[in-house]
Amino acid sequence: MYEADLRATAGRTMAGRVGAGANTRLPELYRTMRRIRTFEERVGELFVRGQSAGSMLHLSIGEESAAAGVCAHLRDGDSFTTHHRGHGIFLARGADPARMMAEIGGKEAGYCHGKGGSMHIADMGLGHLGANAIVGGGIPAVVGAGLSARHHKTGAVSVAFFGDGATGQGILYESMNMAALWGLPCVFVCINNQYGMGTNIAQATANPNLHERAAAFGLAAETVDGLDVEAVAEAAERLVEGARAGKPAFLAVSCYRFYGHARKDKSPYRDPVEEEAGRRQDPVAFARAALIDRGLESESELDRLDGEIGAEMDATIDFTVAQTEPPLASMFRDVYAPEEPEPEPVRARIDRVLARD
Amino acid sequence: MALQELTYRDALRKALADAMTENPDVVILGEEVGRYGGAYGVTKDLIKEFGAERVIDTPISEPAIVGAAVGAAMTGLRPVAELMYVDFIGMTMDQLANQAAKIRYMFGGQIGVPMVLRTQGGTGRSAGAQHSQSLEAYVMHTPGLRLAMPATVADAYHLLRMALTKPDPVVFIEHKALYTMKETVDLDAEPLAWGKAAVRREGRDLVIVTYSRQLHYCLEAARQLSARGVEATVIDIRTLNPLDFDTIRAHVERTGRAMVVSEGVMTAGVAAELSARITEECFDFLEDPVVRVAGEDIPISVSTALEAGSVPGPQLIADTALRMLAGRVPA
Repeated sequence: MYEADLRATAGRTMAGRVGAGANTRLPELYRTMRRIRTFEERVGELFVRGQSAGSMLHLSIGEESAAAGVCAHLRDGDSFTTHHRGHGIFLARGADPARMMAEIGGKEAGYCHGKGGSMHIADMGLGHLGANAIVGGGIPAVVGAGLSARHHKTGAVSVAFFGDGATGQGILYESMNMAALWGLPCVFVCINNQYGMGTNIAQATANPNLHERAAAFGLAAETVDGLDVEAVAEAAERLVEGARAGKPAFLAVSCYRFYGHARKDKSPYRDPVEEEAGRRQDPVAFARAALIDRGLESESELDRLDGEIGAEMDATIDFTVAQTEPPLASMFRDVYAPEEPEPEPVRARIDRVLARD
Repeated sequence: MALQELTYRDALRKALADAMTENPDVVILGEEVGRYGGAYGVTKDLIKEFGAERVIDTPISEPAIVGAAVGAAMTGLRPVAELMYVDFIGMTMDQLANQAAKIRYMFGGQIGVPMVLRTQGGTGRSAGAQHSQSLEAYVMHTPGLRLAMPATVADAYHLLRMALTKPDPVVFIEHKALYTMKETVDLDAEPLAWGKAAVRREGRDLVIVTYSRQLHYCLEAARQLSARGVEATVIDIRTLNPLDFDTIRAHVERTGRAMVVSEGVMTAGVAAELSARITEECFDFLEDPVVRVAGEDIPISVSTALEAGSVPGPQLIADTALRMLAGRVPA
């Protein structure tokens, strides 16, 4: 079924949008997506260079439109959680790529001082309540953030980003039900890259029309083609602003995971023909072509922009390689609040047991 | 100052009401906490006093109740999530152990999760295998979670009030058999600090370390022992994390004998941990092996006879102490 979708969209052009006007956000959306794409490519390089602390690196190449399109409508004070494939979302929300890369490298200079890594990166300053290595694990936090926004009348929205794999988890339905029941400012964004690890969505559910599930709970719910970042952004604007006004929402963004589940996964379970077609669903290339077609940017301007972004992201690798590991003593820090005693190291406990007066 | 007679349930309710009055960010969420008033009546009428936006009735969705509390705590609320029975904690373990307990650490100290998870456990109501367990070991085994288990009316009040000021997630496990227990208390009196064990009785012959409902069985056993000429010290640890081992150590070193009493099953339980620590750290002072008196390694039956037989009682505690002190006690 998805292959049929691919064929249907393969020949699409942006003709319908030609002359869409100077108000278009496309240049900015393109820039965000290009930064994500390039960052993710550099994450792969960090891994190849043996500088990544985490063996579990999940790249969002092919899924950039979901991050860029939705985050374009988030404001200061809004919050979000992500899944394990969340680099792009954080970057789209304004993260410093050098501190991100340092965190992925397990370095002291990273967002979480090297304790979180790729899958547990967070930044309270940008409202990032945390990436999550448990499928669906970050979803209910947005219900709590929604309760806080209602209680403090902040007008903030909280967005849970997750993959199609998380639609198999009960906590998604519990959370959507609560958000709908209480009219909370929550948005559930399912980045449907067709695969939960090695399992295609068609092998995981009899009804892949995921938005229908959310609609059944009473949420405003849509599916959008992730090839077209402007379409994602338009849908996100409707749904995020609706949520802000008390109508929680669900958005499924259809896209294709260009590479394996994690860095070492070569996707032997995927048909090469399918992969090739999937990689033609490239939101970055699609937006680039549209910018040129519509006369919004010239090819040379875009080449220059891409080059600048490449240099910016190269610098994140250099920065990360130059950073130090966290000091060993920091291991006992932040288990509890700073004013609380740190847990006693095992070695100290053994010393005490074996001490003889 | 003002002595009053309160039940354990009243004290818990008063702690919630006082905290909610003092701090407008305290909210309660859970199943049946509002209109129903709580399965054991602890939140009775709080919804009338504080409204449905602060006393939030939820669907039957334990994982999302705890998960929503995590998100609320990270964004400026002081949530009290209620889990009707501790037996349901397995449903919530991802949100509790993978999220609440680790968020401060994983995120490099950027933020804590100042929430309280109130629940209740234990035997005593013939509630069967899925509503009678003592699962505190699950919590104590997870770094990042604080754990309080009040045994007295005063502690029901004070430990809950203190839990609601703590910067880290606190699991607060009440005992279902204690809700109707009455004591005359002065809640204005300075409470024992959070994290300090209470020495409920002092005696020269052995130390009994316990918590929650078993405290009362240990005190009953201590009265029986006293009549036989054996004087027991009874320590109520009150908070299992943080654990006040210094108080335990001081009394074990003084008496040379220790028994640990817990309603949870014996194997790999709280009693096992306390026993290991006493053995390791007080080895040179011990006259006898540290003895665990704990729940049987079996599920709890609905039969009242089997239920009562599944957990320690005053007789087993007293008998065990007498055997430890055999030879020193007149037959």
